[in-house]
Amino acid sequence: MARKHDRAAVSRRKFLAGIAMTGVAASATSATGPEQAAAPGTLPGRPGSDFMVDVLKSLEIDFVFTNPASSCRGIHESIVTYGGNKRPELITCMHEESAVAMTHGYYKVAGKPAAALCHGTVGLQHAAMAVYNAWCDRAASIVLVGNRMDAATRQPGVPTIHAVQDPGSLVRDFTKWDDNPQSLPHFAESMVRAYKVTMTPPLEPVLMVLEEKLQEDAIESGRRPLVVPKLTKVAPPAGDPNAVREAARLLAMADNPVIVVDRVGRTAAGVKHLVELAESLNAPVIDQLGRMNMPNTHHLYQVGGSRLIEQADVILGLELTDFWGTVNSSDDSVEMAQAYRPKAGAKLISIGMGDLYIRANYQDFERYQQVDLAIGADAETTLPMLTEYIKQAIPADRRAKIAERGERARKNHAQARQSILAQAAANAWDASPVSAARLSAEIWQQIKNENWALVSRDSSLSNWPHRLWTFAHHHQFIGGPGGAGIGYGLPAAVGAAFAHREADKRLCINLQNDGDAMYAPGALWTAAHHNVPMLTIMWNNRAYHQEIMHLQRMANWRQRGIENPHIGTTIWDPYIDYAKMAQSLGVVGIGPITDPKDLAAALKRGVDAVKMGEPVLIDVVTQPR
Amino acid sequence: MLLKTFLFVATSLTAASQATAPAGPGGDIAKGKAVFERTGCWQCHGRQGQGGREGPRIASPVPMNWERLSTFVRTTRGDMPPYTEKVLSNQELADLFAYLRSIPPAPDFKTIPLLNEMMTVR
Repeated sequence: MARKHDRAAVSRRKFLAGIAMTGVAASATSATGPEQAAAPGTLPGRPGSDFMVDVLKSLEIDFVFTNPASSCRGIHESIVTYGGNKRPELITCMHEESAVAMTHGYYKVAGKPAAALCHGTVGLQHAAMAVYNAWCDRAASIVLVGNRMDAATRQPGVPTIHAVQDPGSLVRDFTKWDDNPQSLPHFAESMVRAYKVTMTPPLEPVLMVLEEKLQEDAIESGRRPLVVPKLTKVAPPAGDPNAVREAARLLAMADNPVIVVDRVGRTAAGVKHLVELAESLNAPVIDQLGRMNMPNTHHLYQVGGSRLIEQADVILGLELTDFWGTVNSSDDSVEMAQAYRPKAGAKLISIGMGDLYIRANYQDFERYQQVDLAIGADAETTLPMLTEYIKQAIPADRRAKIAERGERARKNHAQARQSILAQAAANAWDASPVSAARLSAEIWQQIKNENWALVSRDSSLSNWPHRLWTFAHHHQFIGGPGGAGIGYGLPAAVGAAFAHREADKRLCINLQNDGDAMYAPGALWTAAHHNVPMLTIMWNNRAYHQEIMHLQRMANWRQRGIENPHIGTTIWDPYIDYAKMAQSLGVVGIGPITDPKDLAAALKRGVDAVKMGEPVLIDVVTQPR
Repeated sequence: MLLKTFLFVATSLTAASQATAPAGPGGDIAKGKAVFERTGCWQCHGRQGQGGREGPRIASPVPMNWERLSTFVRTTRGDMPPYTEKVLSNQELADLFAYLRSIPPAPDFKTIPLLNEMMTVR
């Protein structure tokens, strides 16, 4: 609901009573009503897009993120008028890429998809990178695109330029399914299927074309009643029991088993199951931070861990995007030195959906890593079985050894805490620009007693939040963009904040890269317009910093001058005043903060404003990383 | 996702002597700071040489003595690119070394209330 308007609750079942039963609950009734005589110049009967809204409501789609498009005008009007603009609520976005990124962030908190709505041509072209990010990040998203195929009823000029024979072809390499329904019954079936497909592991975005005529023409009367099919969610596959038992045997007999995880925490259950698995072996867990996988206070938790990989005799990879990169080093050097890191004889086991679903064109499947045992299955679903089999497979005479391993891990964890704090003090603590460790510690001081959630990654801060904060709950971290496409950060954070607002009014923290923010600053306006509280802290290193380092490396390799890498990679002259930018978009803007001594007051002011329901941006001028 | 870390550099540097580095051939601290800025050391190692995700800590203390540092900088083949004499003279490298050695040591975290508190309340 837009700013300053009431956010009244709505009962969708009540709304749908007499119109169409929910697909989730049951099956069918008529969406057609009695024929109405049309006044001259008006459309007769109920439009097809009203039924489309019925279908969205039946699927409990809460938000439709959109940048308005004429090819979507039918459903747009139906959502805001016929549907009362409540569940789904239309969310105004300032770029189609932002709209899809918001669905991406939203899914990772809500655990269900939202929809993005845009033109099937220019809108989808804008949206494409965000679709790719969602694809790489195994995130559910339903992309709805408008299109009119009938040239005879299409306006000339722009509407025809904006029409396309096959809208889905643009993103078919990185969507799991798409369809172009030619009737309302077809639409109902395909929307329910789209929901089912996007939510079945591996979760991936799907695309649905909304034919303009289908949206705008009246629902034909006298036909069979329109039906919203029942949605039956798919139970994800667990691993083959024989293969899981063999994995358990290898792990139970290992002296130094290591677990590596990327996106195991598909739901909160994944976190619980992973902790149980790790504790059954007292094996360290290397977290690659694709999701909230494991509480970082657990004594078996690790970020990084190259030495563990080298010492391991069994390495279990769970839902890894890049198993090759996990067990091989690869220098970005002229020689491009590569080395296999595990010791001779180490066994590799993979459990994940990657082996069950792959496409050819885009290379997000990474390099091929040979393993000793590959189990094609949903890891989260498989873990309870694996843990049980491990408990059965551990011989009595190994239990003491495994217990000792746990004690060692506890001691190391306590020592590591001291070391981390010493490193934080040494991380340019009092420097201006502000260091990553200082900023992270100052933020933690302000949020540690709040119901908080991080709605961004923290890699640009060298993962200092993961070193200093306490991540205990699944909703407190959502991983990163997946495809590393820039422009994800700000809108995905807003999408996640929508879900947090609905769930529990959690205090959302967005650690925002400055370069990323300028791809889609309009996302701030969306947050302001729709009353989405969120504390954005600008990691303002005034550069596309990753690219500076690439340029520096290239210049050094070529040895003909190393002083120009800032050209084309920095955001200097003039500096951007992000606080003023935020203010212009209706967001509370604070800063720029250059002295770390000013951080505490600024952060407190920001947190207080967010708790009052405001979106806030604090511009902090920072060290590079 | 796999976080890209520049392990080779980190390993190389931290494996070197952590003890007080012997003095270099003499260098100018102010000129060394300018070299540090101009040649891009700060990009991976931070503006005070504090290190970060992309590069290890290289100041207070400097993790290598002069002989090892001057060899490493010229010959590294890992993620850190080499700085030959063509782009960084011996004098500039000596100035850089002097600057890195001049950066004050890090404070004990126990003297910083914000961090000291984290030792006990987590």
